[in-house]
Amino acid sequence: MIKLVGQRAIASLLSLSVLMVMVFFLSRLTGDPAALFLPIDATEQMKEQFRALHGLDRPILEQFGLYIRDVLHLDFGESLRRARPAIDIVLEAYAWTLPLALITMALVIVAAIFLGSIAAFNVGGVIDRGISVVSLIGASAPDFWIAIVAIVVFAINLAWLPTSGVGTPWHWIMPVGILFIRPFGLIVQVVRGSMLSALSAPYVKTARAKGVKNGPLIFVHTLRNAMLPVITVIGDQAAALLNGAVIVETIFGFPGVGKLMIDSILQRDFNVVMAAILVTAIAIFIMNILIDIAYSILDPRIRQ
Amino acid sequence: MSDSTAVKPVSQDQNKGASALLGMLWRDKFAFVSAIVLLIIMAFAIFGPALLGDLATSQNLRGRNSPPFDLSRGWIFVLGGDSLGRPILARLIVAAQSTMAVAAGAVATALVIGAFFGLIAGYMGKTASQIIMRLADVIMSFPSLLLAVVVLYVLGPSIPNMILVLAITRIPIYLRTTRAEVLEVRERMFVQAAVVMGASHRRIVLRHILPVIAPTLITIATLDFAFVMLAESSLSFLGIGIQPPSITWGLMVSQGRPYLNTAWWLAFWPGLMIVITALSLNLLSNWMRVALDPAQRWRLESRKSTDA
Repeated sequence: MIKLVGQRAIASLLSLSVLMVMVFFLSRLTGDPAALFLPIDATEQMKEQFRALHGLDRPILEQFGLYIRDVLHLDFGESLRRARPAIDIVLEAYAWTLPLALITMALVIVAAIFLGSIAAFNVGGVIDRGISVVSLIGASAPDFWIAIVAIVVFAINLAWLPTSGVGTPWHWIMPVGILFIRPFGLIVQVVRGSMLSALSAPYVKTARAKGVKNGPLIFVHTLRNAMLPVITVIGDQAAALLNGAVIVETIFGFPGVGKLMIDSILQRDFNVVMAAILVTAIAIFIMNILIDIAYSILDPRIRQ
Repeated sequence: MSDSTAVKPVSQDQNKGASALLGMLWRDKFAFVSAIVLLIIMAFAIFGPALLGDLATSQNLRGRNSPPFDLSRGWIFVLGGDSLGRPILARLIVAAQSTMAVAAGAVATALVIGAFFGLIAGYMGKTASQIIMRLADVIMSFPSLLLAVVVLYVLGPSIPNMILVLAITRIPIYLRTTRAEVLEVRERMFVQAAVVMGASHRRIVLRHILPVIAPTLITIATLDFAFVMLAESSLSFLGIGIQPPSITWGLMVSQGRPYLNTAWWLAFWPGLMIVITALSLNLLSNWMRVALDPAQRWRLESRKSTDA
């Protein structure tokens, strides 16, 4: 297990380095921060001063060398916009994104496994057809549109929920609900398909023959064997959520890492962009390790 | 001699194949309706700007945010007017063109490039395959928002550049699928036979492998068309996609967002168009997955005999 984690860490570190180098140079193509942060009538001298202050006047290769040196000392630079360490800003945003992703994913997993199993057991039933509809909506409706319709209905017309912001549990309902739809639609289909093939396995016939009831048959005998492909998809979807839900966070004014990412890209706050990508990559790496552990717990054959 | 006898049955078979395919489409009512809807939207995209281009840009401040289902201003205002008094129906039809152009362009570009490198990665040795796959990994992990902003600032906002951004992010999908399929197909007997008979690499790849994996790629492309359309509308919604005066449905939703309180229809209709199009594509792709797969086709064909 430790050897596996080490191998993965090296592979991830390699691709992360390539990614960081690309982001470093490409993000500097988007323009000069001095033009964005100083007033429009700023003199050339003021701009020079601004660039000198933030080290943006040096040759780009030198900037890159300095950045690497600082990163190796765990110094990720300052945010241009907020004049605070970039890593602090990113971690604060992550403290919002992480619970959002975890709550959504927990609800998705519980609902998808439960409903998907029941649908596989009653193919063509009401739940089965309902699930197809939700999956289709999830794959066809843009989340910003669902969010807007939800705001019009639940916040403006019915006035049940706040339109945006954070603070009370009520603020979380719409973001979680909208983030829920797509991963649920995907995962429930995988659960259903995987359960369908598992239910036709000979051991299920044996269990039925010896009189196992439907409940234990689904949730004890079959589910564990049907879970492996499901976990792969759960991993993909969780990774997408850990990347930050840009659209949903923007619409609901949720101070997570997705909103931070798009804001800092648009504001050319390079250090924050780099720190956000790094922290996200680490989060996804940890999650992939957890997925691997889940594999080996569910299927002892993988452990060898 | 052998060539001429071989060609004739093939063309007959194709004719029969096309009509059989249409018959199968007719039998699946959801897929049939989806196909009709997509044809209508394609007609919008092709003829819309020429027919309604002037109407869609003619501002009329007295008709600002005029409500839908009110025919007093003419049928073109049946879906209401936008914040500058332009008829939403006309704008929806005109916006179909750039929306479809971006999605079709991105899918076609990604399909061709992805399939090309996927064929190379699957057919050639381990080294080429490794290099190509690692590159695909990096592309996949690159934040597409940053890519969009870079292209927007460096190359300027335009439909071809938008196609470029979306195509780059989708290439890995086709690349991986093609490679996986090629790895499997090239071990099959008929490919081995072609190798033994001395066919060139080019001929093996183009005549023997590509036709087998083409249906899979087409099915994925249909599904991906919906995905790319959603991605484009998301970028336009965030303000880093298509820029005015070009319009796409995603941009129209974003332009309607400030008026949510007073005029919900500004953002509602274009979003609904996206949903209808994506839904049709998803349904059609579901049907294609079965219809184009020889092993599963009987599900659609045999229904007639069981009904009778």
